[in-house]
Amino acid sequence: MRKEQFMNAYHFTFCGTICHALPSGALYLPEHSVLCVSDLHLGKSDRIARRSGIMLPPYEVQETLQKLESDIGATAPDCVICLGDSFDDLDAAASLAEDMRLWLTRLQAGKRWVWIEGNHDPGPVDLGGTHLNEVQVAKLTLRHIATGARDEISGHYHPKHRVTGRSRPAFLYDQERLIMPAYGAYTGGLSSQSADLRRLFSEPLIAIMTGHKAIPVPVR
Amino acid sequence: MITLPSKFQNWFASRGWDIHPHQQAMLDQAQDPALMLIAPTGGGKTLAGFLPSLIALQDGNHQGLHTLYVSPLKALAADIKRNLRTPVAEMDLPIRIEDRTGDTSYTQKRRQRADPPHILLTTPESLALLTSYEDAPHIFKGLQRIIVDEIHALAESKRGDQLVLALSRLQSLAPDLRRVGLSATVEDPAAIARELAPHPASCAIINADPGPDPDIAMLVTDEKPPWAGGGAKYAIPAVLDEVKKHNTTLIFHNTRAQAEIFFHNLWLANTDDLPIGIHHGSLAREQREKVEGAMVAGDLRAIVCTGSLDLGIDWGDVDLVVQVGAPKNVKRLVQRIGRANHRYNAPSKALLVPANRFEVVECVAALEAVKAHDLDGDPKGPGPRDVLCQHILITACAGPFDADVLYREVTSVGAYASLSRPDFDDCLDFCATGGYALRAYDKWKRLLQRPDGQWQLRDPRAAQRIRMNIGTIQDTDTLKVRLKGNFKPLGEVEEAFAATLTPGDTFLIGGQVVRYESLKEMTVQVSRRADKKPKIATFMGTKFANSTQLSQRILRMFDQPDWPNLPDHTAEWLGLQRLHSKMPEANRILVESFPHEGRHHICVYGFAGRNAMQTLGMLLTQRMEELSLHPMGFVATDYATLIWGLDPVTDPAPLFQADNLRADFATWLSGNAVMKKTFRGAATIAGLIERNLPQARKSGRQATFSSDILYDTLSKYDPDHLMLQITREEAMRGLVDFGRIEEMLARTAGRIDHLVLDRVTPLSLPMFLEMGRISVTGAAQDRMLEEEAARLMDAAGVTQV
Repeated sequence: MRKEQFMNAYHFTFCGTICHALPSGALYLPEHSVLCVSDLHLGKSDRIARRSGIMLPPYEVQETLQKLESDIGATAPDCVICLGDSFDDLDAAASLAEDMRLWLTRLQAGKRWVWIEGNHDPGPVDLGGTHLNEVQVAKLTLRHIATGARDEISGHYHPKHRVTGRSRPAFLYDQERLIMPAYGAYTGGLSSQSADLRRLFSEPLIAIMTGHKAIPVPVR
Repeated sequence: MITLPSKFQNWFASRGWDIHPHQQAMLDQAQDPALMLIAPTGGGKTLAGFLPSLIALQDGNHQGLHTLYVSPLKALAADIKRNLRTPVAEMDLPIRIEDRTGDTSYTQKRRQRADPPHILLTTPESLALLTSYEDAPHIFKGLQRIIVDEIHALAESKRGDQLVLALSRLQSLAPDLRRVGLSATVEDPAAIARELAPHPASCAIINADPGPDPDIAMLVTDEKPPWAGGGAKYAIPAVLDEVKKHNTTLIFHNTRAQAEIFFHNLWLANTDDLPIGIHHGSLAREQREKVEGAMVAGDLRAIVCTGSLDLGIDWGDVDLVVQVGAPKNVKRLVQRIGRANHRYNAPSKALLVPANRFEVVECVAALEAVKAHDLDGDPKGPGPRDVLCQHILITACAGPFDADVLYREVTSVGAYASLSRPDFDDCLDFCATGGYALRAYDKWKRLLQRPDGQWQLRDPRAAQRIRMNIGTIQDTDTLKVRLKGNFKPLGEVEEAFAATLTPGDTFLIGGQVVRYESLKEMTVQVSRRADKKPKIATFMGTKFANSTQLSQRILRMFDQPDWPNLPDHTAEWLGLQRLHSKMPEANRILVESFPHEGRHHICVYGFAGRNAMQTLGMLLTQRMEELSLHPMGFVATDYATLIWGLDPVTDPAPLFQADNLRADFATWLSGNAVMKKTFRGAATIAGLIERNLPQARKSGRQATFSSDILYDTLSKYDPDHLMLQITREEAMRGLVDFGRIEEMLARTAGRIDHLVLDRVTPLSLPMFLEMGRISVTGAAQDRMLEEEAARLMDAAGVTQV
């Protein structure tokens, strides 16, 4: 990993696997050379315009891909796993602009690429890579929505955590499961204090704040 | 001269009235295309406006809508309806009068569209909504007159711009339409008249006799005002004495939170059980209506209120106005004082109550300005383009439109007269395609151009969403507050305030102390508490910036060798400041450095008004960040900015170099919270962000994301986008107010006095109790976050799970 990203990442062991939580909200598993990102929500502006007529700045795809490109560049993974809700819906995936499509193809070149299905994108997309419901990395299962099983990494909830008055997207994990923050540019979040999230975890629960530097904080 | 019809003469006689000269003048000039009346409250202003309509309608021959009355407040429309029905009933005139506001029922609204009354009383937002309907031509056919009440208040905000744009629409639908504006005393009547009239027509101004000068003084109390704070709790016994001496007292506050605290304390001190009520915009409608009803019935001896009672509603026998807190703006003070003694030609009686020592100075300066008839105000810029974007969308809701015709119509509005065609086309393009430079929406445009060149909505269902977002009032996200197990809301608090609450916290709302229990379906659940002291009460309230003129008066006062015009306690305080530090001067910037509670502080006295001092805080902390001085936060008042951080500032002069400040300003604009807030406002008005989507809120928060993300994305990829242009334009005035920083730089011209002191100075003391502290997002924050996180990890005994 590049030095700067390495310095700013948080290194920890989760279910016996070494993990680097990157400040961007991506998770790198160095033993397996896997980079995992969740909830990219590509094409969100397209879907909103189609449904409501409101035309948000249509730059979230390039913003998100740029971030992804930088993380891929820094970690040089053999495998990239997108943990579901990669597209805001299947139509948005289908109408991705040509230059963005090519960019994705460039990012995919020379590595294994896995699209995990999410509730927003519950079907195959015509964009290369493998489409799976879930994927196994050593003893860990990676899927979109947490099931309550042990040794699980999931996304879906867009967790955020608040420390010293400021709320940031955050990884949440206890001894058995980890939930990833949303990686996409146009994504909101769900507070780590919400009942929907809290009931998935047991104590002690740790949040890793994203931002300039990945910083772990206990959640009370 | 037009004589009153006999029916009207008899009615005037039966009341023992003579027609006022300004009422006669309004009648004589009733055929003018535009006409403005300036009259004090109680001068028969409303009747002057309606008299020509009542006379025209007396024969019962007019079919449909004749006169539209627009006021800034729903309550005002209801009040006018009540007052207007008296002459109509007593003269037995065949005139139907109805109001139409956000509170009018759905069935009533539908009926009004099918069969409009002769006189319709409404608000700018409800009027804009009416013009968005396909049947607008039917509704407004035959409209003769529009009366804009309290036009001075509307003209100060985007609501006024929205209204005049709607007027241009109405003028096309009803070419005979004549416009009448009713205004309180203002510093520049001609400017408001220009806004009212269809460009380039002129607008005559009729001035009513302003009446005698008000009887106004500062309340003298045995108790000294505190060093800081805004509650004016010390003055409660004295205010209560005044309430006892008068029939009805209005007690004005500058913010809702202050009104709540004051009311609470007033109630605790009210051992005689005088009937006292509270009225402000965060209270539930039922609550407000109860107070309004009690007041009209004369059942209340005092009402603690905010700007929600600012405008000319006739609340009966008010004989004293108390202004708690410095008035910040002389014009507003004069208009508030006008609320007392609602009888023509009787002097209004008012008392100013400074909330703290500094406000004593401000109140004395304001008193002197009132006596000198020295009103203040800043010239208004050209019509804002976000409001124009909304107007274009509203027009599209009513049906297909021609861009050339709409452009001509828009430029017939005074505020938009100088709008260039390319600027108009930019707004149209924004509405149609989003107006993005680098990436276009091909399939999902909002407006499409038909083969015949007319523009229309791509999806007609979008009209519904556009209508739901009509309006220019900035609503901060508010949450309803309810007693647990009770359906009726107590009122509203800001979402940001609600986010700071933890179960068990107590706060004030509607004069009661309540305990925060939980947040359920976006409603704050509370329980009643018998506690005397709430923990917090900091929800929304507009904080006005001190006007330039008032700031100048205060600086002139500071220059005096001593202060015989100030109470002893305040003069002594200023004396202490002169002894331990020095007095700020108009042509120099005073910077004090001192340690406090382990942090280094600098206090900068610039007297540029709250908004500009806040911007200065942003700029200075940004520069300090670059110099690795680790600024942590700042707070701004009308006269100073206090900054604290981890390292001391040894030489402040470079911080104030004009060129640096201007360059920093440009960079800073792209990344700060106030800009994001301004952007949010503009983008909401222009229809890029929706506000009224309760179902979206319910579906869970991860679905919605912050408008800050849109701002950051646009700044990065499309820095010249229309929304960013509008945001930057507003930055020069309003919340950012860089214009007044320029004014400060010009008058001080690099003359900076830096005093290094060992403790908090007298004049900086109040800053420590100011609310609205802003933390700096920078290295210090990351350092703090890391330290805090490490501390928490340590305390929890976990470094690795």
